[in-house]
Amino acid sequence: MSNLDTLKAKIKERLPDLDMVVGWEQGFDPLRATPLFMRTEEDVDRLIWNPLCVHNLATYLPGLKGRKVGVVVKGCDSRSIIELLQEKLINRDDIVVFSMPCEGVVSVRKIQNRIGSLDYVESVEADTGTVKVTVDGSSQSFGFPDVAASKCGRCQYHTALLSDEFVGEPNNEKAEDDYSDVTSFEARPQEERLAFWMTEMQRCIQCYACRNACPLCVCRDHCVAQSRDPHWMTQENSTQNKWFFQVIHAMHLAGRCTECGECERACPVGIPLLLLKRKLNKEIEELFDYKAGTLIDSTPPLQAFKVEEDNINERGW
Amino acid sequence: MAVKFLAKDNLVPWLAELAETHRTIVPKREGEAVVFRPFAKEEAPELSARPTESPKSAIFPQCDTLMSFRYTKDEEDPGKVLLDLREMKDESPAVVVGCRSCDAAGFNTFDRVYMTDKITDQNYRARRENTLFVTIICEKPATTCFCNWVGGSPTDTSGADVRMTPLEDGWVLESITEKGEPLLSSTLLKDGDDRAGDAEKIRQQAKERMPEAPDLSEAPGKVLALFENNDFWEAESAKCISCGACTYLCPTCYCFNITDESSGMEGVRLRTWDNCMSHQFTMEASGHNPRPTKAHRLKNRVGHKFSYYPNIHDGNISCVGCGRCIKSCPVSVDIRSIVLHAIAAPAETEK
Repeated sequence: MSNLDTLKAKIKERLPDLDMVVGWEQGFDPLRATPLFMRTEEDVDRLIWNPLCVHNLATYLPGLKGRKVGVVVKGCDSRSIIELLQEKLINRDDIVVFSMPCEGVVSVRKIQNRIGSLDYVESVEADTGTVKVTVDGSSQSFGFPDVAASKCGRCQYHTALLSDEFVGEPNNEKAEDDYSDVTSFEARPQEERLAFWMTEMQRCIQCYACRNACPLCVCRDHCVAQSRDPHWMTQENSTQNKWFFQVIHAMHLAGRCTECGECERACPVGIPLLLLKRKLNKEIEELFDYKAGTLIDSTPPLQAFKVEEDNINERGW
Repeated sequence: MAVKFLAKDNLVPWLAELAETHRTIVPKREGEAVVFRPFAKEEAPELSARPTESPKSAIFPQCDTLMSFRYTKDEEDPGKVLLDLREMKDESPAVVVGCRSCDAAGFNTFDRVYMTDKITDQNYRARRENTLFVTIICEKPATTCFCNWVGGSPTDTSGADVRMTPLEDGWVLESITEKGEPLLSSTLLKDGDDRAGDAEKIRQQAKERMPEAPDLSEAPGKVLALFENNDFWEAESAKCISCGACTYLCPTCYCFNITDESSGMEGVRLRTWDNCMSHQFTMEASGHNPRPTKAHRLKNRVGHKFSYYPNIHDGNISCVGCGRCIKSCPVSVDIRSIVLHAIAAPAETEK
C-alpha cells in the first residue's frame, strides 16, 4: 500500500468522529491543486498528496473552531497549527492532524516565469526530482529545486512537528536558513528599498488575499484595513496607503509568522510579501532566539514578559 | 466600416498619436502581473498575455473622488458655517487599447445598472461616454476561459469600438462603432482590405478552438431554487478564504462603497469598489448583516451573476467568462463548477 493509500485509510478510519477532514484534490487544471473538504469516504478517494499541494490548510482552522476537524499538513503547515494552539485560537481536542514527510512543493509563480503563461497547461508530472509541464503539445522539464517554493530550499521541517496520524518515514534533514535574502536586501540604500516597495505596492489591488490566506491573520472581520468604526485607515488607494497596510500586517505577525508564504503565494499580482515578514522574523530570532511554531510548549516572545531579556541590552550602558 | 492594417513597428507610434488626444490606457507588464496603465512611449504594451486585471478601473476607478468639501466660518456671522462643495467628474476623452473582447463586454453589465431610464450615475456616464475600446481577439482559449458559456465569444464585438486581430506582422483593425472610426484615421495605418481575409480565418479558428459550452439557460432558475439550501452553499464555499481577488479582478462586479474622508474642516467623498466576499458587505447600521457567513456571501456572488441579474435584465448573465476569478483565486474556487453543480442539483421537494 502506498503512503497515500495508508493516509486515505487512516482518514476514513477517523472520519466518523469528525465533521470533516481538509486535504487537497486536483483543481481546474493539471498544475493547480485545490483544498478538499472531505465528509464522505468517496471524498477521501479524491485526496492527493504531491508537490502541487501548495496551500497551508491550517488557515481554515480558526474559522472552524468549535467543530471537530481533521487537517492534512506538510511540515511547515504544522508550525501554523502550533502557533494557533499557543494563541488558543483553536482547541487541541477538536483537531486531528494527518501528515506525511514532505519533500517540497512547487511555486506556481516560478513555473509561470519559466513557461511564460499558465493559460494552456495540458499536463504536469511533478516529483521531487523534476517537474515536467506540457503546454501546447510541447513539454519542458525543470529541476525541482529551480521551481520549488523558496521556503522549501531552506526547509528545516520536512516532518510535521505535531501530528496525530503520521504516515511514512520521518525525514529530519535540516537545510540552513541564514536569512541571506533579507541581509542582501538590507544592504541596499534606504531610498532604493523604499522605491522597491513603492513600485511593488503600486499594483496592489487591496483584495487582502495576503491577509485572508494567512493562517495567523486572525482579526479577519475586524481588520484595521476595513473597519468603519473606528475608521482607522482611509479608503484611499494611494500606494503609500497600501504600503501602510502591509507594514501593519507584517508588524502584527512579528514572532507569529511561520513563513509558510501563503501571503505571497495568494497575491494575484505577485508582490513579494514574504520578504517583509522574514525581515521581522529575522529580528525576532536575533532578539529572542525564537522561531514561531516550532516549540509547542513555549510562549511566543511577544506574548510574554521578561524583566531582563537575554539578548536585549536595556540597562547595561 | 473601416478596415486597416497596423504593422508591428507602428504600434507604439500609433498609440503615441492616440495619446495626444486621449487618455490612452494599455496593458503593461508590472512585475509578474499585467495591469492597465497610461500609455508611455518608452514602455511597450503587453498585447500577447492576458491581463491579470480587467480594465474596469478605466471607467469605474477602484477609488473615485466624487466630491470635495470644505467648511468655513462666516466672518460676518460666526454662528454660521458655510459649505463649499465641489463635484468631480472626469469627462476627458479616453481610449483603452488591447483589452480582450470579454473585458470590454463587461461594461455592458454596468450600463444596464448605472445608465437606465430612471437613474443614471453621472460619474459613471461621464467616463463611459468618453471612453473607447480597442479590443484584441483571443486566438486560443485559456483553461479558465468560458466566454462562450455566457453569450460571448473570443472575437465578440459587443463592447468594442475597434477590433484588433493579430497577424504575423501586425494587426487588422476594424471599426465596429461610428465612434471608433476616427481612431483609424491615422496615416500610420494602411488600407487593410487585402488582409481582411487572413484576419477572418484567424477569427474563425479562434471560435472553433473554444470547447463546447454547456447550456446555462436553466441556471437563473436553478441557482435561485437553491437560495434556502445552506448545505449546498456551505459545501461550495468551504474552501473560499473570503478575499476580494475574484471581485476586484472581475470585469463585471460593480458594487461600491461610499466613504467620507474628512480631516478638520475639509474632506472628500470617495467611492471605492466593494466586494461581496467581505464581512462588511451589506453590513447594516444596526450591526445586522443579512449575509453573515461566507456561504451567504459566495451565494450572493454566484447568484447575482447567474440568477438575480439575468432575472431582471432580459436574461443577460452578468459574467463574461474571462476566468480571472478562477485563475487568480488563491484556492482555485471555480465558479464554473459551482454553476454546473447548481444546475445538476436535485430539485427540492416542497415542504
